[in-house]
Amino acid sequence: MRDLVVGLFVLAGMGAVAYLSFNVGGLSYGGPGGLTLYASFDQTGGLKTRAPVVISGVKVGQVVEVTLGDDYRARVAIDVDQGLELPIDTSASITTAGILGDRYIALQLGGEEEILREGEDISFTESAVILERLIGQLVHGTDVGSGGGPDAAATDPENSNADSGT
Amino acid sequence: MIRLVREIGAATVRFVEELGQLGVFAGAIVRSTVSPPVRVRLFVAELFKLGVLSLIIVCVCGLAVGMVLSLQGYNTLVRFGAEESLGAVVGLSLVRELGPVLTALLTTGRAGSATAAEIGTMVATEQLDGLRMMSVDPIDLVVTPKALAMIVVMPLLSALFIVSGLAGGYLVGVEMMGVDSGNYVSSLRASIDFYDDVAGSLLKALVFGMLTGLIATHRGYTCTPNSAGVSAATTSTVVVGSVSILISDYFITALWGV
Repeated sequence: MRDLVVGLFVLAGMGAVAYLSFNVGGLSYGGPGGLTLYASFDQTGGLKTRAPVVISGVKVGQVVEVTLGDDYRARVAIDVDQGLELPIDTSASITTAGILGDRYIALQLGGEEEILREGEDISFTESAVILERLIGQLVHGTDVGSGGGPDAAATDPENSNADSGT
Repeated sequence: MIRLVREIGAATVRFVEELGQLGVFAGAIVRSTVSPPVRVRLFVAELFKLGVLSLIIVCVCGLAVGMVLSLQGYNTLVRFGAEESLGAVVGLSLVRELGPVLTALLTTGRAGSATAAEIGTMVATEQLDGLRMMSVDPIDLVVTPKALAMIVVMPLLSALFIVSGLAGGYLVGVEMMGVDSGNYVSSLRASIDFYDDVAGSLLKALVFGMLTGLIATHRGYTCTPNSAGVSAATTSTVVVGSVSILISDYFITALWGV
């Protein structure tokens, strides 16, 4: 009787470890079975491995790897469900859940007949929006005008400090 | 003045001596583990005493901790409009920190003290001397099964604590506070990685199990053979055990970043 209870306890503990490892921790036991696609971005904005890939808000896969490509752009490998038939003009964009939430990749389906195959690139991409840069552009745009270079943006904080000082 | 310095010196020597004794004791446990006979029956009996009997307290505490984490996390996150990240907050704090540490503290209080008291009573009633007279090594028969069972039990209990904590967090966050269920689960899964978080959590639990098992059995084994000695051994098991768990937790986190 006691052996039975101990056995149940050990099995329950093992089950909890397995649940944490495979389900929550995302340890894959068979290797990625889905469709691997690539996309290049100018700016990932801190996109992490295992970030979700969604279509219309429904999760269909995850980010496998983020590396620097040969053209010095971020090259993101994503793993999506095997059965998906994505047109070749599908576009990928990096967006954020909420204002401060995690980055994820949203796929917008195109209208072409041909579909993306294993290992192919998604050619239409939209980089992450960096909030700080957006604010910088806003300040920069109203202050100096659209013609200013990066130098103008760099001296911007000083100007605004001087303004507030006087 | 001289006396003060002498006191400090004596305390240091005592500390180092005790550390050395603990090391020799650990060596004896390892030796009796790898050398026959293998005491399977006793080991299973200890698994029952240390593991199964701690199960309810660990699960109930896990559930309560998960619920309060979720409630606190929600109230803070909702101010920044970031309640989608609730799953990540609850999951990361449970897996990386609270699961192993609180389980170890609970188990030290629940099972460690009982182990020390049991061995201490055996010392006080000269049962261990009786074993030695029959040329049975008390470390092999009494100490090793308890210490090993503690090491095995700790990661299992910690995993169960974390799972009940996640359930409690889900209950409060999703059912009570109305965070979207999909958001909760996906932020939980996206933020927790096996190698970074779960493996480290299990490693922590394993180290805490070794510490608790070693300290509890050693305190009991070396206790003064009278009733005051047994009570002192029990108390110091909980105190020294808890302190060394919390301190070693800092070092594991600093060294391996888990």
